[in-house]
Amino acid sequence: MSKISVRSAAFGLLLAALPLTAQAAGERVEPPALSWSFSGPFGTFDRAQLQRGYKVFKEVCANCHAASLLRFRNLSQPGGPEFSAGQITALAATFQVQDGPNDAGEMFERPGRPADPFPSPFPNEQAARAANGGAYPLDLSVITKARTYERGFPRFVFDMFTQYQEQGPDYVAALLTGYKDPPPEGVTLLPGQYYNTYMPGHLIAMPNVLNDGQVEYPKGPDGQPQVPETAKQYAKDVTSFLMWAAEPHLEARKRIGLQVMLFLLLFGGLLYYTKKKVWSRMPDGTPAH
Amino acid sequence: MSGHSTYVPKSGFERWLDARLPIVRLAHDAGVSYPVPRNLNYFWTFGGILMLMLVSQIVTGIILAMHYTPHSTMAFKSVEHIMRDVNYGWLLRYLHSNGASMFFVAVYIHMFRGLYYGSYKAPREVLWILGVVILLLMMATAFMGYVLPWGQMSFWGATVITNLFSALPIVGETIVTFLWGGFSVDNPTLNRFFSLHYLLPFMIFGVVILHVWALHHVGQNNPTGVEVKNVAKDTVPFTPYATVKDLFAMVCFIGLFSYFVFYLPNFLGHADNYIPANPAVTPAHIVPEWYFLPFYAILRAIPDKLGGVIAMGGAIVVLAFLPWIDSSKVRSMSYRPIARQLFWAFVVVCIALGWLGAMPAEGGYVIASQIFTALYFGYFVALFVVGLFERPKALPTSIADSIFASIQGGSGARMAVATAAEPNAKG
Amino acid sequence: MANATDTKPTEPNRRDFLMLATGAVGVVGLGAVVVPLVSQLAPDAQTVAAGAPIDLDLAPVAEGQAIKLFWRGKLIFVRHRTQKEIDEARAVNVASLPDPQPDQARVKAGHEQFLVVYGNCTHLGCVPLGNSPGDPKGDYDGWFCPCHGSHYDSSGRIRKGPAPTNLPVPPYTFSADTKIRIG
Repeated sequence: MSKISVRSAAFGLLLAALPLTAQAAGERVEPPALSWSFSGPFGTFDRAQLQRGYKVFKEVCANCHAASLLRFRNLSQPGGPEFSAGQITALAATFQVQDGPNDAGEMFERPGRPADPFPSPFPNEQAARAANGGAYPLDLSVITKARTYERGFPRFVFDMFTQYQEQGPDYVAALLTGYKDPPPEGVTLLPGQYYNTYMPGHLIAMPNVLNDGQVEYPKGPDGQPQVPETAKQYAKDVTSFLMWAAEPHLEARKRIGLQVMLFLLLFGGLLYYTKKKVWSRMPDGTPAH
Repeated sequence: MSGHSTYVPKSGFERWLDARLPIVRLAHDAGVSYPVPRNLNYFWTFGGILMLMLVSQIVTGIILAMHYTPHSTMAFKSVEHIMRDVNYGWLLRYLHSNGASMFFVAVYIHMFRGLYYGSYKAPREVLWILGVVILLLMMATAFMGYVLPWGQMSFWGATVITNLFSALPIVGETIVTFLWGGFSVDNPTLNRFFSLHYLLPFMIFGVVILHVWALHHVGQNNPTGVEVKNVAKDTVPFTPYATVKDLFAMVCFIGLFSYFVFYLPNFLGHADNYIPANPAVTPAHIVPEWYFLPFYAILRAIPDKLGGVIAMGGAIVVLAFLPWIDSSKVRSMSYRPIARQLFWAFVVVCIALGWLGAMPAEGGYVIASQIFTALYFGYFVALFVVGLFERPKALPTSIADSIFASIQGGSGARMAVATAAEPNAKG
Repeated sequence: MANATDTKPTEPNRRDFLMLATGAVGVVGLGAVVVPLVSQLAPDAQTVAAGAPIDLDLAPVAEGQAIKLFWRGKLIFVRHRTQKEIDEARAVNVASLPDPQPDQARVKAGHEQFLVVYGNCTHLGCVPLGNSPGDPKGDYDGWFCPCHGSHYDSSGRIRKGPAPTNLPVPPYTFSADTKIRIG
């Protein structure tokens, strides 16, 4: 018996002594954990932030990136940026959307409608690559859920209790402001390559696109923008927007989750006492023990 | 255990029906009067929890199938359509995807329960083997379900797992081509996986019926491993005793399930599956879902392709032979001092294999996987050897006696301790 | 044991109340589970949003001709009626119809020649014949439903057969002399 305990302990030690270079392939720098309004069990999106984020997305990202799973009407649905329905109809109409074929068999352009998907900047992947030096600007619809970094043991266990799950947004926001120009000593870049601290392997085909003052934010009553017009703020706002784009029902999910938990607490409590009551006596009426 | 039916038809209609189709009698005998050992602990509630999970998966799955499109160009989009546009679609999809994980949480606890208390021993061998069959069907179903969203992990998981069959000599390549319906994982593969993913749960349901039938025929094991001797003293009727206890356990389990669905819906999944399938790029680090990780580690531990497949398959199949591998006459490991140590070591080995399965297949990890794979199979050898010489502790004479013994370290003083011992008497 | 008899009268009540409360809460929970399972059957957000108005140019539709189109997935007939058909539709005694409705209420004033109606029989949803030149038009110069023999007149009103109501008129407006916007 003691022999076996010793043996399992020995293997435990062996395990702990193993070289734990989990990310040997492709060097990674862990993005800093930012504070997000949508994190935690009661997290919600910040409407003003989502609206600013959409502005950054529309004026910067959408020049190369599609978000084809999104539709204009999403921008006015509850739990999102919540633009008014009128704003969305007007916004959609500023885009030309291909439709058809008409009776003459021809495709034609018409103003967009709220039910239309966000138009893609390129008709297909090949065209996108051709216009971007061979690199493909990804579809950003679910990008914040499609990116992560390894949390490793034991952090992933703690994450279950802290509900930390913003690896994706943290990474995207860090990447957008993670450029180093000129690159560190000893790194040579080919044409069309840029150095980014947070990109796995550091080489990225997307140039730095966010610069201070580049996107004009809505002014407050004092005539000043409510938040600083800096690249850092742009990155955070557009990442929030992309998180909403990837998980548009996040607020409903957390709200219903709370209701479910409270219900289960009540029902579980009642069942516990019912169970105790039932088990307090045997079928013949004698006490259970 | 399958003694005389105590069902007495109350109304004229019930008598009429009972003479023609005794279905009410069946339900009464199986769900009301069925005698349950009164000393079962909460580990015995996982059968009911698994039934709940199976039904939940089938219901949410049928609904998802109403909105899903099994085509390689549309599958990913249709899943996102469910997540975005279908009323409560996000909820149904998260219930289904996390439900698969919770199903495996429950089934692994259920299995370890059976391992610890020797529930596989005579006369429950067939019951146990049916359980192993259910496990295999569950694994096949879960794997094929994971392919359906047609993300990167779906695609590459399908590629890697179907390629396992190519290890088989002579027929391997043909089998793989037949699985694919083409020369690579593609639309025909997705279509047939969808079809089978829809079919298999109903086959599971069928085997579950056999599993429950076998259970009700031989009766439940219990923490002492001592068979029921006196139905009146050792058992309680299923309803209300087991029903209310199972319900309470189910609600607790639903709490855990809901925590993941509502607060960490993507925690157990992999981010790469939100990237549409791309046959030209393999993710840097491909891993199966967590519940396959121990087996995946065993697969990768063996440097030979065929050997790895055989080891992985053997890791599951060996379970079916447990009734004959375990040489001890005593069921419950509560009375087996050495086997109990072995059991906990085995639990550690399984967890370690799971962790290794998630690590890259290089350097020390491979060596560790090999050691733990040897330990995994070593458990079964050790169980056989230990049973030959181990001296078990004295077994209680009956289930009822074990309860009084646990209250007072002796038996007899039934009335006196009845109220004082309330907190311990979980039954 | 004396205690046991003492508590007996209150015991069943407390137990019953607890059971009742637990059962009631359980039923509420089951009811809540049914909500998403049923509401997913309703049209999804995209289907609801996709029914934007559509524009249609009627100029190519010659007198006596009819065309079919879809709006929100529903079939619509647009018919350019002849003077004879208009007169027939207006000559009938409205009160004698199964579903009394004057022709004037079914077309736009000043555009009497254009009849726009949903193209599914109000009986059980088949598509009535009468759009193509060779089709039977029924006994009233309108449409004839081959499934169960309903006859519609040149105003799309039910005249004979099992259909209970007239072919409904979808919401539309004339945006120009020969252009309509449906929806």
